[in-house]
Amino acid sequence: MTQDLTRLSASDLASALRNKDVTSVEATQAHLDRISAVDGDLHAFLHVSSEEALATAAEVDAQRAAGEELHPLAGVPIAVKDVVVTKGLPTTAGSKILEGWIPPYDATLVERIKAAGLPILGKTNMDEFAMGSSTEHSAYGNTKNPWDLDRIPGGSGGGSAAAVAGFEAPLAIGTDTGGSIRQPGAVTGTVGVKPTYGGVSRYGLIAMASSLDQAGPVTRSVLDAALLHELIGGHDPHDSTSINEPVPGVVAAAQQGAQGDLKGLRVGVVKELSGEGYQAGVSARFDESLDQLRALGAEIVEVSCPSFGYALDAYYLIMPAEASSNLAKFDGMRFGLRVEPAEGPVTAERVMGATRGAGFGDEVKRRVILGTYALSAGYYDAYYGSAQKVRTLIQRDFAAAFEQADVLVSPTAPTTAFKFGEKLDDPLAMYLNDIATIPANLAGVPGMSLPNGLSDDGLPVGFQILAPAKADDRLYRVGAALEAALESRWGGPLLNQAPELKTTELAR
Amino acid sequence: MTAATTTGLVAYEDAVRRYDPVLGIEVHVELGTLTKMFCAAEVAYGGEPNTQVTPVSLGLPGALPVVNGKAVEYAIRIGLALNCTIAENCRFARKNYFYPDVPKNFQTSQYDEPIAFDGWIDIELDDGEVFRVEIERAHMEEDAGKNTHVGGATGRIQGAEYSLVDYNRAGIPLVEIVTRPIEGAGERAPEVARAYVQTLRDIFRTLDVSEARMERGNVRADVNLSLRPTPESPLGTRTETKNVNSFRSIERAVRYEVSRQAGVLDAGLPVVQETRHFHEEDGTTSSGRVKSDAEDYRYFPEPDLVPVAPSREWVEEIRATLPEMPVARRRRLQTEWGYADAEMRDVVNAGAMDLIEATVAAGTSAAGARKWWMGELARRANQDEVALEALSVTPAQIAQLQGLVDSGRLNDKLARQVLDGVLAGEGDPEAVVVARGLEIVSDDGPLLAAIDEALAAQPDIVEKVRGGNQGPIGAIIGAVMKATKGQADAKRVRELVLDRIGS
Repeated sequence: MTQDLTRLSASDLASALRNKDVTSVEATQAHLDRISAVDGDLHAFLHVSSEEALATAAEVDAQRAAGEELHPLAGVPIAVKDVVVTKGLPTTAGSKILEGWIPPYDATLVERIKAAGLPILGKTNMDEFAMGSSTEHSAYGNTKNPWDLDRIPGGSGGGSAAAVAGFEAPLAIGTDTGGSIRQPGAVTGTVGVKPTYGGVSRYGLIAMASSLDQAGPVTRSVLDAALLHELIGGHDPHDSTSINEPVPGVVAAAQQGAQGDLKGLRVGVVKELSGEGYQAGVSARFDESLDQLRALGAEIVEVSCPSFGYALDAYYLIMPAEASSNLAKFDGMRFGLRVEPAEGPVTAERVMGATRGAGFGDEVKRRVILGTYALSAGYYDAYYGSAQKVRTLIQRDFAAAFEQADVLVSPTAPTTAFKFGEKLDDPLAMYLNDIATIPANLAGVPGMSLPNGLSDDGLPVGFQILAPAKADDRLYRVGAALEAALESRWGGPLLNQAPELKTTELAR
Repeated sequence: MTAATTTGLVAYEDAVRRYDPVLGIEVHVELGTLTKMFCAAEVAYGGEPNTQVTPVSLGLPGALPVVNGKAVEYAIRIGLALNCTIAENCRFARKNYFYPDVPKNFQTSQYDEPIAFDGWIDIELDDGEVFRVEIERAHMEEDAGKNTHVGGATGRIQGAEYSLVDYNRAGIPLVEIVTRPIEGAGERAPEVARAYVQTLRDIFRTLDVSEARMERGNVRADVNLSLRPTPESPLGTRTETKNVNSFRSIERAVRYEVSRQAGVLDAGLPVVQETRHFHEEDGTTSSGRVKSDAEDYRYFPEPDLVPVAPSREWVEEIRATLPEMPVARRRRLQTEWGYADAEMRDVVNAGAMDLIEATVAAGTSAAGARKWWMGELARRANQDEVALEALSVTPAQIAQLQGLVDSGRLNDKLARQVLDGVLAGEGDPEAVVVARGLEIVSDDGPLLAAIDEALAAQPDIVEKVRGGNQGPIGAIIGAVMKATKGQADAKRVRELVLDRIGS
């Protein structure tokens, strides 16, 4: 092998596997070696499942050798965010309260990954219970941004984004409640997609906010994201909120988009998601991308979504309210951490209190308290009730905007990756990172972030595309078109411009 | 110190003379579905602890609920039987509270959008009086697990060393039926409460939505009671006596609370709004936790479930297949059978209605069927301390037996002997008659021989009868019956004896 298998896109690696140029064991081992070499610095993984991954790889190789019909991505390794339960593999959701818990079942999307024969490399780091925008709220240490090890990889899915950006995995699973797939994508120069709410089963996703959570692909190319999206998407009888319709043809849309023709497509620029508060370099790249889209034949229109101004406020009532209830089950009674009070009687109530006190980090406690308060009798209407009304207004804004445009666009995040600790003591500043991504979760519409250049500080910038519910294919058409145009200008993927990571000698 | 400890009980009759009791009853029924409310875990009684569970019913991280369609159908059946309106669209809600038997630390229930609401049900009291109870709502929810407190003297949590939780019951579908305040029951409040729950139990069985076995906790009642000076006064403060789980206990609990609250009010003290526990041993209730407005379940719509929207066509389909309700059926059968009110009441109380109906269906007259089930069979069941339906004889066999009597092949005494054979497992009455040789002897030949023998043995009696005194003839007949082992037709024997004596 002369070629570095970790540098291949998932679709190229899949072709190589299909052509029997490489085996899945070789590809999987190459990624495990890469993890050994760079993850000491990056800390994208909380758990690496080498044995299981190689066993799956060997099985797929045997099936391929036997001429069996295989999934197009069979044998391509993948990393899974630690908020997704994996049978037999530790699953912590980045929290001490689940330390040592081994789930007895697989999430539906993990079942689909396993059925398709993708070796699972391990579980990726994240903000505790997906609460954060920097992965600094993980109970197990920070994940570093491969572009600059002093900077955050975004959050909550910083681990999945860093693993893909650092060539530790060609594919990863993320989850996105307010931007946790898209914002890490933006700050690490990777592609992240939050599908339409209900597009991917939530069964087996450790819930933060049930009405907002959605799993999706984290990759280095739009086509790879489409391939993974089609694999994990589709109806699941175990999730009542999953859409009972076929997955939109996202792979075909990505392939069509890569032809570079967007004639007749109306692209709406959301007035409220630009301007003040956005870093100059971010705005500059955004404007250039609009020019690029125009050059591909798209018509650029400005749309206004006046209720987006309340999105963050509504989000920080609905999300904590649902989270306060979803996180009630972590009480030391059935699984995970159990802490007995240091003194006094050991009653169930006191064990619950001691366990939650010791097992949850500050950000989790902050949101649980906030949510409990918002749902309290006498406050429900003013807080949770009003927030749900705002949600309706935001849905109406989207509906009106999609009358004027086929897709909406904005910068994914207001800034490039910030330094560790910069916003840790200022929750509101941290929350503002998600200002552009949150409306999509509140309305349930799909969104994509793809890299559209480097800011003045040399760090990657993300471009967000939003489409109407169940029209995820539009994201891929536009995303693939823009990606192709940008990469032809750059002479290759943006990640080629990332600094080489220091590798440590392999022990083996 | 609570008011209850400082005030005495007022004699029940005295209490209801001076106060007007108002009831409110919440009944939980466990539905007899194959699987749980929100997952595919099996619903079965008596399994090894924590074997009938899934990630969903254990509340494991990541698990999601899915509504059991059968449970919704059963809830609609109950709602329709209680004359409720069925919601066109309704949601589940989360009732948040921390307790180890609630795996998610919230119960998935219905809050402001129940599946059924605004209904009523007529119940019949012991004397046949009909009392209407208004139903506020019937909603779907999931059961909690079962705690066992180990190490204490009483099996209660106080003093226990540790507690075990069995989640087999967690997630079993429940329907909770809530009445509007039940006013006007007066001194009959205990009976009304009992009859209401009993009627519901019968309805659940008729609808085939639950085994509805009280002793297994399939049906559980919480009884709210308040007193007020007169029926015109505003409602008083109520107490809620939890989990009163037998009909007798319901009556006793209501009686006790009436007496207790009257004592509190007589002392000029306020009744404390609280949950109370009923004690089977002495029929008293004691204070549980104080219910206050501070208890806050933080209800909000369950975001993991979509609304339940039963189509009108489906609801009508269910309505069309509802079986006849118990009270209506009872009235119809009483009319068909021509029983007096008291007779019918005894039949119902003895649990003989279904058996009589089946016996009548097999060809016996209503009077004949009642004679068997309420007479000889009731006596035997009583003697063996079993329920009538537990006797090893079927209505069809009783019908056959009565048929043999009606055709003159058996007399009553022989029929009882045939019944012995049937109960002993010797087969149908026909088979027992053949096997035991119990048929009435209708051939005069063997009878005449026995008669002549008896006459010869008792010449003095023959003289008396010839002298016109027929009284002692019974001795002759008795001797003949004895000689023929009871298989003779006593009427025929009498005719032949008189003929022989020539009187």
